[in-house]
Amino acid sequence: MTEFLLLLSASAEAAEKGGLPQLDASTYPSQLFWLAVTFLTLYLAMQFVFLPRLGGIIEERRNRIADDLDQAAEFKREAEEAEISYNKALADARAKANAIAAETRAEIDGQIKAEQAQMDTQLASRLAEAEDRINAMKQSANEKVDEAAADTTKALMEALVGTAPDDRAINDVIAKVAP
Amino acid sequence: MPFLMTMLSGPMEQFEIMQIIPVHLGAYDISFTNSSLWMVIGVAAVSLFMFMATRRLSLVPGKMQSAGETLYIFIADMLRGAAGKEGMKFFPYIFTLFMFILASNLLGLWPSIPGTPAKWHTFTPTSHLIVTLALAMVTFTLVVVYGFYKNGLGFLKLFVPAGVPWWLMWLIPVIEVVSFLSRPISLAIRLFANMLAGHLIFKIFAGFVASLLAAGAWGVIAILPLLGNFAVYLLEILVAFLQAYVFAILSCIYINDAIHPSH
Repeated sequence: MTEFLLLLSASAEAAEKGGLPQLDASTYPSQLFWLAVTFLTLYLAMQFVFLPRLGGIIEERRNRIADDLDQAAEFKREAEEAEISYNKALADARAKANAIAAETRAEIDGQIKAEQAQMDTQLASRLAEAEDRINAMKQSANEKVDEAAADTTKALMEALVGTAPDDRAINDVIAKVAP
Repeated sequence: MPFLMTMLSGPMEQFEIMQIIPVHLGAYDISFTNSSLWMVIGVAAVSLFMFMATRRLSLVPGKMQSAGETLYIFIADMLRGAAGKEGMKFFPYIFTLFMFILASNLLGLWPSIPGTPAKWHTFTPTSHLIVTLALAMVTFTLVVVYGFYKNGLGFLKLFVPAGVPWWLMWLIPVIEVVSFLSRPISLAIRLFANMLAGHLIFKIFAGFVASLLAAGAWGVIAILPLLGNFAVYLLEILVAFLQAYVFAILSCIYINDAIHPSH
């Protein structure tokens, strides 16, 4: 300790002769005092004014960005939900359209079948009618043939033998001959 | 011969403390000196910068606010990286320390106005050991007080690193204590010596320029020390930043010891 003081006093002497000003202990109280005053002033200004303001705005920006990101995520989720419900609605509509189409098709098929069946029966009945008519005409034609044959036979017999046989005999013969 | 005399006595003159306003407090001379003046100018400059940076705060920052925020985040990341989240309670101290030292170092590089009296010349408060030692002692005291306050006697674990073999237990704590006690001294001397050396080199090179110019025909080569000074000036700007950073980050690392003593 005494050596240190000796060194200090020696350096103080040296300072007077132009030695190291840094070792001139007589300036220490002033340097320490003003260092304390200025450093403490700056410290208090930093602690209570500048740093809270700067830190506050940085924090605020960080929160704002985090909020915005949250909101963006929320919007994205909503958009995804909307897409899902849109797809669902689309699928529903498509299914419904298919169902309606199938129903309509079945209905039309039914109609066509019914009309076809009706047409078939109509045609069948008309065919039967026509056949009946043809049969009737055939029969009447046959009768006419028989009649003509009888007439012809009567006329021939009259011409050949001079007497006409009676109708009943002629008809019996014709009925025997004709198939 | 006279120029040699100025050269020999010259380089230290720039560090002389000169009274501007004499003040006495009891037995102590606490005069306002050139050193005090440049401390005040440094604090004023830092405050002006911080005022400009925080004047119109907005979510989309302007130039000054951007600069302030960059600095804020730089120091905050440094402290958080060294001392963890818990270290953030010392953020205002570390920030003030960094800015104070940086302002002192940088403003000391400002050229003096030629022709003004010596006491108005530019001065670097951090080129005085007592100032850097006082700043280092603040950090040191903070570490010791907070270390014991937070950990109690557990703070002493700092001097007994884990995994030391039993037969070294008498030696390692001694080394640890010595290294712990030498921290403020190394902190103080590193900053002081860097500032001292830089300004000495300026003055010596400037002395070369002056004496070579006075030497007649050889005056042409005075350009060499002048260019040398220019290079040293650029280097010193870097050193001003670097030493402020080193002082601040070492303080952060020491504070980490107070928070987490078992390393």
